[in-house]
Amino acid sequence: MASNLQSAETEAVGQKTWIWQAFAMPGVVWLIVLFVVPFYAVISVAMGDIDPIFLKPQPEWNPLAWDPSAFGAVFGDLFGGQLGKIAVRTMGYVASASLLCVAIGYPVAYFVARRVEKHKALWLLALLAPFWINYLMRMLAWVNLLSPDGWVNKAIALFGFPEQNWLSGRAIVVILGLVYGYIPYFILPLYAALDRIDTQVIEAAKDLGASPRQAFLRVTAPMSKQGVLAGLVIIMLPMFGDYYTPNLLSGSPRTRMIGNQIDQFINQTTSQGGQGAALTLVLMAFVAILMVYYLINISRVTQKARE
Amino acid sequence: MTIKARLANPWGRPRFLRIATLIYIAWSLIPVLIAIQFSFNAGRSRSTWQGFSLRWYLYDAGSVLKDDSLLLALVQSLRLAALTMLVAAPIGIALAIGLARWRGRGVKAASFLMLIPLVTPEIVMGVALFLVFANLYDFVAFGTWAQFLGHVTFSISFVVIIVRGRLFAIGRDYEEAAMDLGASPFEAMRRVLLPMLAPAIVASFAIVFALSIDDFVISQFLAGGASSITIPVRLYSGARLAPPPSLNALATLLLVTTMLAVGSAGWATRRYNRRDGGSESAVQAVAHFEI
Repeated sequence: MASNLQSAETEAVGQKTWIWQAFAMPGVVWLIVLFVVPFYAVISVAMGDIDPIFLKPQPEWNPLAWDPSAFGAVFGDLFGGQLGKIAVRTMGYVASASLLCVAIGYPVAYFVARRVEKHKALWLLALLAPFWINYLMRMLAWVNLLSPDGWVNKAIALFGFPEQNWLSGRAIVVILGLVYGYIPYFILPLYAALDRIDTQVIEAAKDLGASPRQAFLRVTAPMSKQGVLAGLVIIMLPMFGDYYTPNLLSGSPRTRMIGNQIDQFINQTTSQGGQGAALTLVLMAFVAILMVYYLINISRVTQKARE
Repeated sequence: MTIKARLANPWGRPRFLRIATLIYIAWSLIPVLIAIQFSFNAGRSRSTWQGFSLRWYLYDAGSVLKDDSLLLALVQSLRLAALTMLVAAPIGIALAIGLARWRGRGVKAASFLMLIPLVTPEIVMGVALFLVFANLYDFVAFGTWAQFLGHVTFSISFVVIIVRGRLFAIGRDYEEAAMDLGASPFEAMRRVLLPMLAPAIVASFAIVFALSIDDFVISQFLAGGASSITIPVRLYSGARLAPPPSLNALATLLLVTTMLAVGSAGWATRRYNRRDGGSESAVQAVAHFEI
C-alpha cells in the first residue's frame, strides 16, 4: 500500500516535471541561441582571421583552428602601448567616480533609510525618480547646462570668471558625469540594506552604553557593508564598459575609456572586429570578479526567498 | 544644542543629513527639470527663457512632429518596446513558473543561465549580439528585427526575477489544494496560480516596456540605418550638435512614456499589497525588489 502510494506520487511528480520543463523550454532555448551562442561568436571572431580581400573579420568556429594573434596585438598594446594608457585612465575614472558615489550616496541612503520620520515614501520616490529618467536624457541635461552659453558659464560669469569650454577633454567633467549617471544605482541597494537593519539591534547597542556615534560606527556601518559592496559592483560593471558618457561630455581622445575603444573597433571600423572582440573578452575577464560577486549575491537572495 | 556639540555628534539630530540629502535630490533632478522646461521654450535657446510654447513639439519645422528624424525615433522606440513586451513577458513568465516548479536535473543549470545576462555588462552583450548577427545569423538584418531579438534577450531575466518573487510568496499550497479537489495541473494553473500571479504579470509587461524604451547600448549596436534609430540613440547622436529644444521635447516624451509604464507597474503592485493587507507602499516594494 505504502509503496503503491509512493510510486503514484513519483509518477505524478515525474509527469509534472515534464510540464514544467516544457514551460521553461522557450526561455532556455532563447537564452542559448541569443546569449550563449553570441558569446561563442565573440570568441570565434577574436580567435579568427581577417579576410584579405574584404578586410572583414573572419570568425573561426572550430576551436582546434583558433589563432590567438588578435589577443597578442591587444596585449602588446595594453602593456606599453596606447591601450595601456586608456586602461589605466579607465581604472582611474571608475575608481574616482565610485569613491565619490560612496561619499555622496552613503549619507543620503542612510538618512532616508534610518532617519526619516515622516513622508518616507516621498523621500524614497525622489531617490527613485532618476532611475526612470533615461540616462541619455540626464546626460543631455548636463550638455545643455555645460554648453558655452549654458547656465554653468552664466553662473561663473557672475563671479567674474571667463567662459569655459567644459565639454572638451576635461577629466573632471567625465568623472562627475559618471557619478551623476550611476549614483542612483548605488544608493538603492544600499538603502535596502540599511532599511533592513533591525532597529532593536541599534537600541541594544545604545542600552549597553554606546554613544550614537559608536552605535553607528560599530553596528550600523558594519551591517551596511554588504549594501555598499553590492552598490559598488552594480555601478562599476557598467562604468567599465561606458563609452557614451565620455563621448557626450568630452568627445576628446584625452578622456577615452576602454568602452570607447571597443565602440570604435566594432562600430566605426570594419577591419578591426577581431581586436574589438579580443578587447571585449579582456574587459570581461577583468570584471569577472565583479560579475561573480554579483551572481553570488543574487543567488543568495533567491535562496532566501525560496525558504 | 551648540554648534560645537552638533559638529561633534552629527548623527544626533539629522539636520546635516537632511540638508545633504535635499542638496543631493536637487542636484539629481533640477538639471532634468531645466531640460524639460526648455522643451517648452518659445525661442531657439536652451538656456534663455523666451516664453512658453508648444513650438518644439508641434509646429516648428524642426519640431518632434515635423522633423522626420525625431518622429521616426519616437515611432521606432514605441514599436520596439511594444513588440519586445509582447514576446519577452510571456517567455519570462513561463520560464519563471517552470524554474520554480521543476525539480530535478537541469534546473540548476537553467537558473544559472538565466542570471548571467543580469550581470553581464551591456557593452559585452552588445558586441556579442552584433558579431553573431554579422557573422552567423546573417539572415537577421540589422535594424528592428535584430534590436527586437536583443531587447527580448536582456529582458527575459528581469521578468523571471519579478515573477518568481511572487511565486515564492504564494508557495505551492493553493495549487495542491486545487489538485486535491480534482483539478488537473493545467486547470490548477489557469484557475488558481495565474490569477494570483496577475499583479506580477502586469508588472512584468510594464517593466519590459520601460526597459526596452530606455535601452541605448543594445539599440545602438544593432541599429541598421535611419529607420531603426530609437529615441536614446537619437539623443546621443544629436546632443553635441547644438540641437534646438526639439531634442529636449523628444526626451520629455520619452520620460512621460517611461513614467506611465512604471506607474502602471507600481499600481499593479500596490493593488496586490492592499489585497494581501501588506503595509509596504508601492514605492517601497519597487525599492526592495531591485537587487
